[in-house]
Amino acid sequence: MNGADWTALLPLILTGGAAIVAMVLIAVHRSHGLTLGVTLLGLVLAFVALRPAASVAPLQVTPLLIVDDFALFYLGMIIIACIAVVLLCHGYFAKCEGHAEELYVLLLLATLGSEILVTSTHFVSFFLGLEILSVALYALTAYLHTRARPLEAGIKYLVLAASSAAFLLFGMALVYAELGTMQFRDIADRIALGTGLHGAVLLAGAALLITGIGFKLGVVPFHLWTPDVYEGAPAPVTAFVATISKGGMFALLLRFFYGNGGYRVPSIYLVFTIIAVASMLVGNLLALQQRNVKRILAYSSIAHFGYLLVAFLAAGAFAVQAVTFYLVAYFITTLGAFGVIAMLSDGEREADDVDDYRGLFWRRPMLATVFTLMILSLAGIPITAGFLGKFFIIAAGASAAVWALIIILAVTSVIGLFYYLRIVIAVFSALPGEAEGMQPRVLSLSAASAGTVIVLAVLLVWFGVYPAPILNLIQVAAGGL
Amino acid sequence: MILVWLIGIPIVAGVLAWAGEKWRADASRWISLVALCADLVLALILWARHHGGVTLVPNVAWFTEVNWLWIARWGAHFHLAMDGLSLLLVLLTVVLGIISVLASWREIQDGTGFFHLNLLWVLAGITGVFLAEDLLLFYFFWEMMLIPMYFLIAIWGHERRVYAATKFFLFTQLSSLLMLIAILGLYVLHHTATGMWTFDYPALIGTPLPPNTAMFLMLGFFVAFAVKLPVFPLHTWLPDAHTEASTAGSIVLAGLLLKTGGYGMLRFVVPLFPEAAHRFAPVAMVLAVIGIVYGALMALGQSDLKRLVAYTSVSHLGFVLLGIFAWNSLALQGAVVAMLAHGFSTGALFALVGALQERTHTREMDRLGGLWAVVPRLSGAALFFALASMGLPGLGDFIGEFLVLLGTYREHLGVTIVAVIGILASTFYALQLVQRAFHGPNARHWSIRDLLPREILMLAPMMLILLWLGLWPQPVLDTFRPAMAALQHTVSRQVGSAPTSGITGEAVARGGGGP
Repeated sequence: MNGADWTALLPLILTGGAAIVAMVLIAVHRSHGLTLGVTLLGLVLAFVALRPAASVAPLQVTPLLIVDDFALFYLGMIIIACIAVVLLCHGYFAKCEGHAEELYVLLLLATLGSEILVTSTHFVSFFLGLEILSVALYALTAYLHTRARPLEAGIKYLVLAASSAAFLLFGMALVYAELGTMQFRDIADRIALGTGLHGAVLLAGAALLITGIGFKLGVVPFHLWTPDVYEGAPAPVTAFVATISKGGMFALLLRFFYGNGGYRVPSIYLVFTIIAVASMLVGNLLALQQRNVKRILAYSSIAHFGYLLVAFLAAGAFAVQAVTFYLVAYFITTLGAFGVIAMLSDGEREADDVDDYRGLFWRRPMLATVFTLMILSLAGIPITAGFLGKFFIIAAGASAAVWALIIILAVTSVIGLFYYLRIVIAVFSALPGEAEGMQPRVLSLSAASAGTVIVLAVLLVWFGVYPAPILNLIQVAAGGL
Repeated sequence: MILVWLIGIPIVAGVLAWAGEKWRADASRWISLVALCADLVLALILWARHHGGVTLVPNVAWFTEVNWLWIARWGAHFHLAMDGLSLLLVLLTVVLGIISVLASWREIQDGTGFFHLNLLWVLAGITGVFLAEDLLLFYFFWEMMLIPMYFLIAIWGHERRVYAATKFFLFTQLSSLLMLIAILGLYVLHHTATGMWTFDYPALIGTPLPPNTAMFLMLGFFVAFAVKLPVFPLHTWLPDAHTEASTAGSIVLAGLLLKTGGYGMLRFVVPLFPEAAHRFAPVAMVLAVIGIVYGALMALGQSDLKRLVAYTSVSHLGFVLLGIFAWNSLALQGAVVAMLAHGFSTGALFALVGALQERTHTREMDRLGGLWAVVPRLSGAALFFALASMGLPGLGDFIGEFLVLLGTYREHLGVTIVAVIGILASTFYALQLVQRAFHGPNARHWSIRDLLPREILMLAPMMLILLWLGLWPQPVLDTFRPAMAALQHTVSRQVGSAPTSGITGEAVARGGGGP
């Protein structure tokens, strides 16, 4: 590795370095504020390091990793999302008993795993990234180990994620056995050379790979962990799972299946179509039955990844850009929504029942406004980024003429409105005059969390009204793939 | 630039009104009132400047426009433009907006600031819909008016408000998404044909489309507008939403939101897809007369005053649809006048029912009765607007419906005859309303206050406007005639050589001349 290689990997190195520094620091001096500071500093430096990294991009660093415009954009997204999660964690875990410091080490490690996913071009780095991410997530999910639900969610996640990793590994082995390479580009070349994707072994390998990836994305039929983990994990951790973990995986999906043209193989296309339709339907329909906000958001995330797959399948000139823009919007929205949930939760329990939000607007107008904006963005209503994201996806679908898929998207997102509206109406119900008898939960809001969700709301509206700057960035990023 | 102000003032004033609530209880009302009056002045200035509708460019009837680049990569522009049609509808919006603020002066006591925020934003959204000439921007405004409207119904409505609001939202949202798909389909096909990505309405006109595709895209737009208008089988959200909404909500719904449907048909459905619209016209006209008769008959059977008025809307807007799809100059003029007149007469009726409910706490006609002696001014006003609504000659609605029938008569006799039956039924429900609520014995011994000065102030202008529309509609007709001529020209130019009648033949033959 030469100097340019080091520069290119600097964001990853800094993230990993921050984890080590934080760990050592905890051993020396245990302090929530200090650990938080080191974590934030590491992440900010990693973000700043994107600039020197961009100056040497695109660069293949060892056969395992590539730093190109596409990877850089997703790195930026992941790092910013992690900063938001860290800020939310500060307010949230200050209210809980027990030590909070190790949390930040785990967060940094998980982020590093996701960063490796978006830069990887090789099965080895893919698997390593996935495992670094997953193992940190098991611990994060069960971080509040004195409570029953997080523990249950953590174990559930551990069992399912470990078995899905096994599937993934087996799939990689089959592909390697057939093609003799583990590098994404070589796989594409050998397929193009005429081996084709016809062999049963290769197809089985692809199916197992899709299983592993589908599990991480939480799409139907690999979604069973999603509601329980979303519900059980502490709200900021849920935000992490929903955004950084899933987003990193989707970036890898784009790189892998677009890079080798695998999505064009009819059987794989069919599989993804079925997954997309099933996710849209199941996610939206099951969410209707829920009264728990975190479970609703879990099912809605299943549906949202179904929408993303529609753009993925459209595969037109627009597709990568549409997916990336949608993910940006989805990151902001999800972080904001779980941010508000985290702020309303206290040391005792999560504020995850719809009733916890009744009349919120009349008690805490700012918080309620942010929350409503996030929900409306998930529902795809204008002036939020979620609308333009959905718009972009439908445009990508229309340009590839996958009419059936986009009509299903439209119909299912109307089903989705039912449960989004139920939350919104709860937030605005009970006019001040009627709310006299209600006992508002006393909360001390942390300034860091409040600032974070407000910044997220501003970004949400900014990208929803004037997306031109971010679109230019995304165009560059998509061009890099 | 004035166009931006027209939308910007309510948006900013909405935020101020919300903030103003903390300062003084009445502040948000006054802020809203002042902002809307400022808007009214701006709109009137535009009207005065372009009275008579002189157009500089032939076949482009814009008085004024704003065209900024918005999202360059998608070819989306912040393109607002105003012609005579938009101007009149914007005026309607602002006037009814003022009426809504006045009508809810006493009714809304809880969450006043947020109420006015929603009211002003829904008005801004509607104004945007009437002005946007970029399909993405249009869709943006189209959706932007939904959320505040949803809140207006769901928070300040009556007993079953959440049910009604949700139903309203789902109907409109599903149809809007179909329109979005149609918009994007058109956008992609335009790119295929010309290599240009654009949402610009003038540019998209005349995109060559295969007939079947055109039909599907046209239906996408049609469904969205048909839900709003509402057209017969898609109307079921309307009685619930109108009945459960607060007074201002009902006024905005009936007076303005329904008009966005009619406007969309005029501005987008027919000009963008003239041949498909032509092929679809018979179906649309049949749906229109079904709506006319069905709405009137349903109105006859209601005992809830608001529900009654709501069903009359279904009937009246049927005339608008009929006029639009008859697509000759007479019918089109009728459709526009009918939209305007319906906005005022129905808006006023809802305001009156609201005033009555505020005093008696009921909307059931069976529990009212004998009010004429108690509240003569309120009863007289109700009689006036009920007569306007049934189409009494000399009032605005009559001109609109008469012109529509005249225009339709040239296209199809049978449809016209059935539509006339609808007018007949309207006589019954209008008289029944007055009879049951205001005449007869005062069995419940109501003793309530008559109209307050504030209420007279809001009803009197509506009476004058309806009289004006009914007795001397020429200035109004002159204002929108160039706009309609331009639309007709657009359509006839596109269909040019195709075998024509109805939608196209008429425009070619008469070239947009008026009565």
